[in-house]
This record gives sequence, structure tokens and C-alpha cells, in this order.
Amino acid sequence: MIIAERKPLEEIAAMAAPYKKICVLGCNTCVGICMAGGEKEAAETASLLRIHRNKENQEGEVDVFSIERQCEVEFIDEVLERLQGYDLIVSLACGVGVQSMIEHVPTLRVVPGLNTTSMGYPTEQGVWAERCLGCGDCVLHMPMGICPITRCAKSILNGPCGGSAEGKCELGDDIDCAWQLIHDRLSSFSRLSDLTEIQPPKDWSTSHHGGPRTTVREDVRIDRGE
Amino acid sequence: MIAGSNLEKVINSGNFVVTGELGPPKSSEITQLKHHAEEMKNHVDAYNITDNQTAIVRTSSIACGSTLIQMGLEPIIQITVRDRNRICIQSDVLGAHALGMKNILCLAGDHQSFGNEPGSKGVYDIDSMQLLKGLKDMRDENRFMGGDELEAPISYYLGAVENPFADPFEYRVDRLEKKINAGASFIQTQCIFDLDRFEKWMELVRERGLHKKAAIMGGVTPIKSLGAARYMKNNVSGITIPDELIDRLKGAEKKKVEGLNICIETIQRLQEIEGVAGVHIMAIAWEEIVPEIVERSGLYPRPKV
Ligand code: SF4
Ligand code: SF4
Repeated sequence: MIIAERKPLEEIAAMAAPYKKICVLGCNTCVGICMAGGEKEAAETASLLRIHRNKENQEGEVDVFSIERQCEVEFIDEVLERLQGYDLIVSLACGVGVQSMIEHVPTLRVVPGLNTTSMGYPTEQGVWAERCLGCGDCVLHMPMGICPITRCAKSILNGPCGGSAEGKCELGDDIDCAWQLIHDRLSSFSRLSDLTEIQPPKDWSTSHHGGPRTTVREDVRIDRGE
Repeated sequence: MIAGSNLEKVINSGNFVVTGELGPPKSSEITQLKHHAEEMKNHVDAYNITDNQTAIVRTSSIACGSTLIQMGLEPIIQITVRDRNRICIQSDVLGAHALGMKNILCLAGDHQSFGNEPGSKGVYDIDSMQLLKGLKDMRDENRFMGGDELEAPISYYLGAVENPFADPFEYRVDRLEKKINAGASFIQTQCIFDLDRFEKWMELVRERGLHKKAAIMGGVTPIKSLGAARYMKNNVSGITIPDELIDRLKGAEKKKVEGLNICIETIQRLQEIEGVAGVHIMAIAWEEIVPEIVERSGLYPRPKV
């Protein structure tokens, strides 16, 4: 899932300051599950924003509602009418949702209420860990399911580097060394010899470094012209 | 002979090799660096020149290397993969070769978050292993990493670093072997304070005969004060300092003298360990002490090869 965190209220309030009719729009899928931008957080953000604006003597109103996914046109279409008439939408979706909103409804002014951090999953209540950078050429078979591109601070393919100590990354004790994890996992499957092979440089052209990516599936495309 | 550098010649001669280290300044005023190079020029066989060490912006390694060459001295250019992609690294290597540099040390580099530009984007296009292999292929196969041919052959002596004190310990020898297979002819280790662990590591190195495939040079650093030792123990990634050593310094009246003694004793022990081909002295901010270290370790005069 996509993981995000709400921006500091002051930052949201500053973006909203020049506007009168404001809507805080939640998104109930990924960011709802990671408790950053779902229905509950949207209501909370709206009321905090109202209090803040009252204190600052800013006129206007702050409404709030949520949709299932801001990244899918079907769900945006359902609330199209409701969205009209607002000067500003504070989107509590990830960065993808914000962009999908303005692409589908170009007349809307939408600002981000969240900072999108990563793709990952919760490892315990209240902790979400990054697990994939979407490199476009998954190599997870080699490190037996632990992504060194994402989880090693230097994206090393022939690790671990000289900074790995007691299972932790040189960046700090709160980060596991991905290569220690890979080493241990290979070891538990008696496959340490896999590490002997020199992994060649990665072809980054399938990743964002090759330019913005669009995935086209001709077999499932619908010709909208007919 | 691969590149015919002095470093390579001393290693091949079987003499115990000695290298020093110069850290470029946070300015383009390199008088001090030249001065330090002069000071130890009769005591080291070549000088490592660090590449934006600990991710702090400094004059470039290759620029300082060029100055050393003008002085008739021999640099070992450090290249990290933190700041440059494969295009830039290969281009820099061509440039360094054009300027007469014959030794290259490949390393990953400390993460950018440790330095004075923590907001910078780390490159890490390739890792240090791929860097070694890529530069080896450039030299031996006359082709760039992307497969294109070089218009003229290139030659340099390639080295790598290894840290016997990092984890997982058992894997550290596998990794050394991997680096040698990737192209390293010489290896410089992280600073040795825990000699017992180093000897254990060397035992494994000898078991596999790796000391015959590459020259293993032990890294040492003279400790100037108790504060410096504690700082290294707690803050420098990849360094371990045993408590006994800290206690020994604590108990000493003159910390500086004791730090120096420890360093010299370490070098003397290194000379006795089978398979250790030399020492790499990292006396950053205490460069003037290098001649004394080399002399008292019985490594002076340096061989003329
Ligand atoms: S290898 Fe690439 S696609 Fe696979 S998990 Fe890692 S970043 Fe994601
Ligand atoms: S310590 Fe481990 S995770 Fe951190 S950069 Fe080195 S190999 Fe990667």
C-alpha cells in the first residue's frame, strides 16, 4: 500500500489561508488504512483547520467528506457535483490522488494535505515500513524476498557494505541492515553460496531514471472513441 | 606488472608496503596538503587521497592527485559510488589516467546523511563491487560498463577496502574473495584496533589463499586522545575499539604518546602476521607523525624499486 503522513497543520492552514470555501477531502483506501487521510483523519483535520482559521479571524467555511479512492475516476465522478463550488480542496490522498483529481477535474484547485512517504506495509501497530521503490524490474528472487534496492540505504546489490554492525545499518540503530537480513535468510535456506556471484549493475532504465513511466496494456484497453 | 605504479612495484618486490593518507581540505587552498605530502614523502610508497570523506565537500581527489603527480609523488585515487553515476565515474577514471594516476581504490563511501550536505541525493547507481568489476573490464577488456569500446587502452592498479570488523563476520572473508574476483589487486582494511579479531579474519583469509591473490594491507590510525578514541568508537561507522584499549589510554599519563605506542605495536604485529603485505596509515589531522611511526615500526627506509 501507499504510506503517507499528514502535513503539519500550520502548513495546511497556510495553503488554505487565501481561500473561503474549503473542502477537506479524505481518501479511504491506502491512506485510510495507514491512518493518515481516511474519513476519521479528514474530519479531524477539518475541525483543526476550522479552529485555526477562527483564531486567525479568517472568514469562510471548511467542509469535509471522503471518497473511496481519489486515484480512480469512477469514485471522483460520483461526487463531481458536490466538489463544484469550493475554492479549494485540501486532498488527504497520496500524491497520486491529488494529481488524479486535477487531471479529471481541471477546474478544481487542489492542494496536498499529506506527505506521501513510501510503498510498504505496517510491521506493528503504528509503524509502517518502506518495502518497494517500484524499480520496474523486480529482483526479489535473488535476495530471497528482501529488497536491497529499497531496504539498503545504498541500494547495494553485492552487500553488505563495511558499515553493517550487529545487524544494523550504518545509518542508525533503528534501521536493520538489509544485507544482514538477506545473509541470514540465505543462510537459513543453506544458500549462502548464492552470494558468491557478482551481481551486475542494475539497468535503471526501467525505473524512474528512465523517465516517467506509463504502463500500457493493449489487451485490456477500451477504445473510448466508439 | 599491470600498471607499473610504485605501489604495485613495492608490492611485487615482496617488501612490506606502506601507504599514507591525505584528506583534501574544505577549500581549494591545498598548500597544507602539499606540505603533508612533502613531510612523509620518504616514508610512504603512495598516498590515498580521500573522495569527499564522510560525505563532506572537499577539493576533489583527482585534482589533488594531479598536484601530487606534479610533485613527483604517487597518489591512490579513492572513488566512491555515492556521488557519481557510471557515466561520471568512467569519465573521471579516463581523466585521472590522462593526468598520470595509476592507482584507484574503489569504495562505497559513507552515506550522504553523515556529511555537510545531508539533503543531497545519493547516487548509488552501482555498488563498490560493480565499480571494481567495471573498471577491471575497462582495463582488461577495453570496454565501458555499457559495452562500448574504449578508443585507446587504459591501465591502472585497482584496490578495494574491506572491513574485518563489520558484520556478519563470517561473510567478511567471502566478500573479500568476491572483491578480489571482481578485480582488486590490493586491499586496505578499516582501522585495526581489535587485533584478535583481525588475526581471526586473516586466518580465514589464509585458509582460502586469498593473501596470495591480492596484497592485504592493514589499516591503522594513531589515536591522539581519549576523546578521539571514544568518538571513533561511538560515531565512526565500521570502527570497533575494544574496551581494553580505551582503558589502556585512560590509564596512560601521556595519551598522545600511548596512542602512538599502540599504533606502532599494531604495525609491528601486522608485520608478523602471515599474509599481511603492508600497512595503510591513516593519520588524518596528525600527518606530521607518519615519519616517526614508519621509522619506529622498522619500516624505514622505503625500498627503491
Ligand atoms: S526489486 Fe524493484 S520492484 Fe522488486 S521490491 Fe525492490 S524496488 Fe520493488
Ligand atoms: S549497513 Fe547494510 S543496509 Fe546499510 S548501507 Fe550498508 S549494506 Fe546497506
